[in-house]
Amino acid sequence: MSSEKKSAAAKEPLVKVEHLKQYFKVSRKATVKAVDDVSFEIMPGETLGLVGESGCGKTTCGRCVVGMYTPTSGTVTYRGKDVHSLKGKEKKEFNKEVQVIFQDPYASLDPRMTVSEIIGEGMDIHHLYMDKDARRNRIGELLHMVGLNQEHANRFIHEFSGGQRQRIGIARALAVEPKFIMCDEPVSALDVSIQAQVANLLISLQERMGLTYLFIAHDLAMVKHISDRVAVMYLGAVMELADSHELYEHPMHPYTKALMSAIPIADPHTEDTRQRIVLEGEVPSPINPPPGCKFQNRCAYAMECCHKAAPPLEEVSPGHYVACYLCQKGKEAAAAAAEEAK
Amino acid sequence: MSEQTKPNTEASANAAPADGPLLNVEHLRVSYHTYAGEVQSVRDISFHVDRGEILAIIGESGCGKSVTARSIMSLIRKPGEIKEGSKITFDGRDVLSFSKKEMRQYRGGECGMIFQDALVALDPTMRVGKQIMENLRIHTNMSKSEAAKEATRLLGAVGIPNPEQRFKEYPFEFSGGMRQRAMIAMAVACQPKLVIADEPTTALDVTIQAQIMELLKRLRNEDGTSIILITHDFGVVAGFADRIVVMYAGQIVESGTREEIFYNPQHPYTWALLGAVPRLDWQNKQVLRTIRGTPPDLIAPPKGCPFANRCELCMNVCLEEDPAYTPFSTSHKAKCWLHDPDCPQEVLEEANQFKVKGGDPLEQ
Repeated sequence: MSSEKKSAAAKEPLVKVEHLKQYFKVSRKATVKAVDDVSFEIMPGETLGLVGESGCGKTTCGRCVVGMYTPTSGTVTYRGKDVHSLKGKEKKEFNKEVQVIFQDPYASLDPRMTVSEIIGEGMDIHHLYMDKDARRNRIGELLHMVGLNQEHANRFIHEFSGGQRQRIGIARALAVEPKFIMCDEPVSALDVSIQAQVANLLISLQERMGLTYLFIAHDLAMVKHISDRVAVMYLGAVMELADSHELYEHPMHPYTKALMSAIPIADPHTEDTRQRIVLEGEVPSPINPPPGCKFQNRCAYAMECCHKAAPPLEEVSPGHYVACYLCQKGKEAAAAAAEEAK
Repeated sequence: MSEQTKPNTEASANAAPADGPLLNVEHLRVSYHTYAGEVQSVRDISFHVDRGEILAIIGESGCGKSVTARSIMSLIRKPGEIKEGSKITFDGRDVLSFSKKEMRQYRGGECGMIFQDALVALDPTMRVGKQIMENLRIHTNMSKSEAAKEATRLLGAVGIPNPEQRFKEYPFEFSGGMRQRAMIAMAVACQPKLVIADEPTTALDVTIQAQIMELLKRLRNEDGTSIILITHDFGVVAGFADRIVVMYAGQIVESGTREEIFYNPQHPYTWALLGAVPRLDWQNKQVLRTIRGTPPDLIAPPKGCPFANRCELCMNVCLEEDPAYTPFSTSHKAKCWLHDPDCPQEVLEEANQFKVKGGDPLEQ
């Protein structure tokens, strides 16, 4: 009975985002549509990557998911409950299960607290490890888990390098035994060799503790490396969502293709021979996004229909969602042909 | 500014010898004097840049690559010091003994610089067009209106749409990519022979990065400008540089042509760097190569090889003595005890397993 229940629970998404919109009023007339109608699901134990250029709304989206912002409209559900209407005990439980790793390890740790205070604060709030010895042991264990040791516990943040600080940030997130962690550009501020250390750490922690990640970054290679599925965002909307391997093998949306081709590859022969799609211009302002498809004014394949209405995110092949008329046209034509045959 | 002398760059350029490498750096040592002691940022490095060549200097933060760039521009200020015995020759002339007048001509005139953070490097209180004009007015005999016209043309040439309008705007009105383009326009305004680009795309998105790198490449191909690119990203270098210098702890650990560094790297640090970056064509969640520990403290640099305490193949000799360069071809050399004739066979065999090439994925 219990195993049946378990398998049913495994299929149920842990986080479900539906038609999420987050607008910010910046002046009397202007509104920034940071996130504009985004939907996705995150399964337990999975890593969903969120990529896009700066200003595309990926961080805002992540912050809505963990309840840091109250969305303009749309819902975020965690274990079937609406995140933004949680109260009291449930809210506290949610705050314990959902943790965040921030981008800047210099700004997100209090310089006046020691490492043990930083890591222990969450435990105190949630009344975990109330016994003094247990608390100390747990902090040592956490530090050990992220590759630091017990002696570091009484030091202050300024005594650590960027990579070590990021590890402390990870230890803090792990302290309250979370189930779901939102990683907001956790490696962007670090050096190449340190990036690899932190990425390896995140992957091994996930394997050991069965964590679920929402991994936000602008580095497509790193996102592809860490994630099971990847969503590509542009100007507040999801353009393409697919299995990370599938996305790399068969990118469909013109924006994904351009983004992919802009990533430098550390191989001179590939670099010399590959065709690069260089996008003209820059990302338009989210205050005044172009009508219809948000990418149309930079897209080489823009058609008339693209100017009129935004294409919906549709499943083109199993598990591969694209918001582009160009990719959906083929399916429509096939459907029309099938109908004719009838 | 009007009282300033306006030397003609053309005349001085003709007087200089035209053969040999454009820039020659020999035994450069730079130290910073701090309360904790003398930080030896750059420790005896030598390299050259040929005419029309793109040289990439690659390394992690704190390895001395930016300090090297600043030394070439003679921008080291107290508490920094270029140590005695260092030699920087530009076009046959000694940069470190330039007079004030010569230095003014050299900086911004013959040698342009693109900084990493364009918002910090541009003057926020000055219109972008005027900043470019300033450079032109100092280094050439242009009149105000000619300089304004040239500045507008330059803004257009670096791909800024609507240059007449943008000429009148302030840096804060520009986007990140646009600011970097304005910086490039400023650096190339006086047709320099050498442009030093210090992490020009680190703060930018990949799509904008691709645009900027195309622009720099075009600059080299059309005007034959030499470029020194400073970066930590092997990807950017792969499609761009002719030669690569790998720096670690203030020293050059390996240098060679692009093909030599990517397809036949010889230093464990280069292997580690090549293996640390995830690539799109690799398997998901594959374990990335990491480098244990942290770079050494340059106040008291280690006696032996600076990479020894982080190296998987460290031998006793590595801790005792700094290795010399081993040449592999006329352009390729590396500084590692592995290439010493006395290196034991079993270490070499182990080293072969560690070797990473740019072309192939890591075997796990």
